[in-house]
Amino acid sequence: MGQPVLKGTTAGAAVVTLPAKPEIIALPAAPAKPFAAKLAPWIRAALVNLLPPLITLALILLFWQLAASGPQSSLPPPSKIWDEAKELIVQPFYWAGSQDIGLGWRILVSLQRVAIGFSLAAVFGVLLGTLVGQSIWATRGLDPVFQVLRTVPPLAWLPLSLAAFRDSQPSAIFVIFITAIWPVIINTAVGIRNIPQDYRNVAHVLRLNQIEFFYKIMVPSAAPYIFTGLRIGVGLSWLAIVAAEMLTGGVGIGFFIWDAWNSSRLSDIIVALVYIGVVGFLLDRLVALIGHVVTRGTATN
Amino acid sequence: MSYLKIDHVDKRFQRGAATTEVLKDVSLVIDKGEFVSIIGHSGCGKSTLLNLVAGLTPVSAGAILLEGKEVNAPGPDRAVVFQNHSLLPWLTVYDNVALAVNKVFGRKKTRAERHDWIMHNLDLVQMGHARDKRPGEISGGMKQRVGIARGLAMEPKILLLDEPFGALDALTRAHLQDSVMQIHAALGNTMIMITHDVDEAVLLSDRIIMLTNGPSARVGEVLDVRLARPRKRLELVTDRTYIAAREAVLKFLYERHRFVEAA
Repeated sequence: MGQPVLKGTTAGAAVVTLPAKPEIIALPAAPAKPFAAKLAPWIRAALVNLLPPLITLALILLFWQLAASGPQSSLPPPSKIWDEAKELIVQPFYWAGSQDIGLGWRILVSLQRVAIGFSLAAVFGVLLGTLVGQSIWATRGLDPVFQVLRTVPPLAWLPLSLAAFRDSQPSAIFVIFITAIWPVIINTAVGIRNIPQDYRNVAHVLRLNQIEFFYKIMVPSAAPYIFTGLRIGVGLSWLAIVAAEMLTGGVGIGFFIWDAWNSSRLSDIIVALVYIGVVGFLLDRLVALIGHVVTRGTATN
Repeated sequence: MSYLKIDHVDKRFQRGAATTEVLKDVSLVIDKGEFVSIIGHSGCGKSTLLNLVAGLTPVSAGAILLEGKEVNAPGPDRAVVFQNHSLLPWLTVYDNVALAVNKVFGRKKTRAERHDWIMHNLDLVQMGHARDKRPGEISGGMKQRVGIARGLAMEPKILLLDEPFGALDALTRAHLQDSVMQIHAALGNTMIMITHDVDEAVLLSDRIIMLTNGPSARVGEVLDVRLARPRKRLELVTDRTYIAAREAVLKFLYERHRFVEAA
């Protein structure tokens, strides 16, 4: 209600001043501002946000270099890693035969598995979570089962899924699925249970049917919770894929680490770890960003 | 035949072995186009009574009849303006009203007609300018205006207002009361309003239903407010009928049915 009043006063003020000195309107001054001055706040923001992590990184590398430089050191220092694994660092997408490929390709293979497993987990997780959140009997029946199953470590599922699918690819995807689905189910259920009674009353008064209620009230209202679950889920998926690939073999980044360990290429392993960390971070940001867009900023970061 | 008839209604809530009787033997007849306020101390069951009429909670005994048909489920013919506006925060002002209009008139009106009807109702509450804003971006009074627009847009037989201005500051509240009076004068809707504000009840109502304190609240008194419309709040301050009506309600609330637990 305050806005129109404010507008009124500024408009009034303009009417009063205009006839007095109509020539001296300072508006054209803005483009005259030097380009550097416009850029300054951007540079400042970049410095404030980038400088501290860069300094931290430099300090870590320095400390690492000093600590690992001794003749008895069992781990390679950064300089040695650069010498030994330069090709992996600067060329993520080279292709020199079916087993000699860049880390970028390996990451993409792992990401593909995560994408399939995580998408399945997201769809079934939201549906099951809705069921559990909406029905008191489904909660009573399913919740204890979920609470027990969700504590099973991802890799414990692997032998069983290998036995069931008799192939490493679907087994790895199943492990992703079973790892990521629990936080999605649980957070969705909480989100559904927390739909305010007022929204339900609105739906009752409008006589929305079950389907309309699901996608017009339930999903948008629970979206912030659902995306919290999805974010936890995608993080767990990325944790699980590396471990699963170590055991199942194939092309992914997990198997690369295992392979490098078997041939004592410690530098390669460290490079792969950095790749995994960066990709995991980007995945988390991506889901958070989608959540932010979909829920129009109501999802908490 | 009466328009809305609340016929010997009881309402009990069962929790485990304990039963609380909220309303006891409430009977009321409301005519078409009437503006009725229900007033009483907090906790006396005003909102429960409104929820019964809305069909959001079932009656324990007795019946509620709207145009001779029993009310037993919620529906858009009894639109509710909720106390805390209950707008969906992920929808714009326009889409909040559109949700109701598309559901109620989806088959009866064309897309263009529905758009005009949405804008008509937003303009009626002077909110047309904020159609693309989200509830989080507008003030409490504006939200309540949109809530009223959404209710009106359903073209209800009865508009139920559940303490619609309770959470607003005094000035905004006065603005909205004037708006509701204008809308009531222009459209002739039947409205039932829950309130705990004596001035508000006297200013807006044709009749004031006073509930006794709960549990087992009953209709204590019914007061006809015989003030000519349109009513102007400034002129009413010194009006004899207004003062008398105000006094009658105050006496009921604070002499005969004092809220014992408050203190």
